[in-house]
Amino acid sequence: MVTDSNIIRIKNVSRKFGNVKALNHINLAIEKGLLFGLIGPDGAGKTTLLRLITTLLLPDEGKITVDGFDTNKDYKEIRKFIGYMPGRFSLYQDLSVEENLNFYATIFNVTVKENYHLIRDVFIYLEPFKKRLAKNLSGGMKQKLALSCALIHNPKILILDEPTTGVDAVSRKEFWENLKQLQKLNMTVLVSTPYMDEASMCDKVALIQSGTIMEYNTPAQIVSGYQKHLKAVRSENMHALLTDLREYPGCESAYLFGQYVHYTSEEKQTVPDQLTSFLVQKGHTEIQVLDIEPNIEDCFIASSAGIPNHTENIK
Amino acid sequence: MKRFIGFVIKEFNHILRDYRTMIILFGIPVAQIIIFGYVVRNEIQDVKIAILDLSKDEVTQELTNKILSSNYFILYKNLENNNEIEEVFKTGKVNEVIIFEPGFSQNLEKEGTANIQLLADASDPNFANLVTNYTNGIINNYVSELNKNSASPFTILPNVRFYFNPELKSAYMFIPGTIALILMLVSAIMTSISIAREKELGTMEVLLVSPLKPLQIILGKVTPYVLLSFINALVILALGNLVFHIPVRGSMALFMIINLLYIVLALSLGILISTFSNSQQTAMFVSMFALMLPTMLLSGFIFPIENMPKVLQVLSNLMPARWFLAIIKNIMIKGTGLLYVWKETLILIGFIVFFIAVSTRKFKYRLE
Repeated sequence: MVTDSNIIRIKNVSRKFGNVKALNHINLAIEKGLLFGLIGPDGAGKTTLLRLITTLLLPDEGKITVDGFDTNKDYKEIRKFIGYMPGRFSLYQDLSVEENLNFYATIFNVTVKENYHLIRDVFIYLEPFKKRLAKNLSGGMKQKLALSCALIHNPKILILDEPTTGVDAVSRKEFWENLKQLQKLNMTVLVSTPYMDEASMCDKVALIQSGTIMEYNTPAQIVSGYQKHLKAVRSENMHALLTDLREYPGCESAYLFGQYVHYTSEEKQTVPDQLTSFLVQKGHTEIQVLDIEPNIEDCFIASSAGIPNHTENIK
Repeated sequence: MKRFIGFVIKEFNHILRDYRTMIILFGIPVAQIIIFGYVVRNEIQDVKIAILDLSKDEVTQELTNKILSSNYFILYKNLENNNEIEEVFKTGKVNEVIIFEPGFSQNLEKEGTANIQLLADASDPNFANLVTNYTNGIINNYVSELNKNSASPFTILPNVRFYFNPELKSAYMFIPGTIALILMLVSAIMTSISIAREKELGTMEVLLVSPLKPLQIILGKVTPYVLLSFINALVILALGNLVFHIPVRGSMALFMIINLLYIVLALSLGILISTFSNSQQTAMFVSMFALMLPTMLLSGFIFPIENMPKVLQVLSNLMPARWFLAIIKNIMIKGTGLLYVWKETLILIGFIVFFIAVSTRKFKYRLE
């Protein structure tokens, strides 16, 4: 028998809330020591999946094991070695930075002192504000404190639900660097996020949409698996451009992406000149048509095309 | 144990830093004691009365003087006939009318008994009752003085037109009542809110995903409130004693034990409420409507149970405060011991066992 390198195994798991299917026959195996990203828009089922793994919820169907322990029967064991940071940074707003950290250390029977090395990189920013109440911290500071609290007992698995939501770009970047550091301590880290651009920071990502895992692979492989030819198009009237492109014969998808419209067609190759002259006809000026490499978000949109009721507005 | 202490310290920090909680905890008891103490007055002064003396003899004159010189009553009007009674009541200026039967002193001398009728304005039943009680007291006093100087005993039969609440005589009602109310308020409402708050803020998720056992979470939550509630009970008692001169006649130790028992009961009720309320608001409303109002209205604190409709009397059996009040009144006012209140004490313990059993069954170690 081959030793199991998968620390989390999710087998055919479904979960309903009333009539809403939050998760639909999910299968996933997450290897030990991985920085794993669960990526999808709001309402895709990210939080539900993470709560199932943390034993906070039970699946209606299927089975989840964490380090060999069943989330249903052995939830007490699992709760001893996971660190969890819920979506809303679960801090006590009326306690100070120090008191929050001490409290979370105490309930896990450790002291801040003995595990300080784990949180040093994160907590260093908070040191000067030790006496400040959590409610008076900025979003980025709250995130750092919440991470410190989830880390203080040296968990085997760290589960973070949308840790970067509502946090500024600089803090987000620092945060991901912190997570990279944690991997070196042999920790498996699960992060959910609605931000597609964060996918490249993970070792492996699962794209989730409407309760279904669409793809699960390394970011590079997901991108290289992209079959279509992608173009970025731009003109002075972006709104008209979007409608016009969708009318262009052979158009498969056209969606706004930053300053450009990303465009794919059913044909293998769209001739840029033909497209340009079509747009000139439609009265567009300052037209730009570029061949570009796809990113994770393009892959996400491409793979979610087959999934019913997906939203077009992805962050 | 270290975990537990850490938890309790955290809870104390929450309570001590929230000035609203502090006001509820310590402001309300003091305010209530003062309010109940002065508003639910059991003394009367300068009550206006009318007298219809159909006899107009020496004895009635003497008795009238006695009543009017008591400081409690002021004569508003001397009535001439029965027809005036209703009129004078309708003006609302008079709280009581005293009627001496014709031939009062003759009856008293020949037959040894005479009748007085006391009519009271019952639009404020408690007050009316007080007034007739005071009048009765004066009459009885007079009779016993008469009897001292004579061989054959006289009786004057006061015929009260309504009799509302014999128990109201005890001027001490509001202290036990307020203790019952405050302990219920502080213990049940505050714990249920504080547990619901953790759910609302999401911190409960983290507590659940920790090696803490549900019992540890609950005990950590309630311990500070047991202490604070107990302090509260002492403050109320001290206030009652210092401001209103209400003593504890029975055993102080028993009194404390019963208080502690009642606090635990209220806390277990609070935990029960928190198991099915996910927000502080729900917890608040459930506590207010399911606990505070029934405790005030159905426990016999304000309205005597004997005068309630049958249905409500049966319902009042479900009010833990009812049994607590019964015990506390016995200990404080009558000075009785456990021997007289063991039944009620057992009922309290029964409530505790029931609430704890239900809430540990219902406590969710997962979300939803």
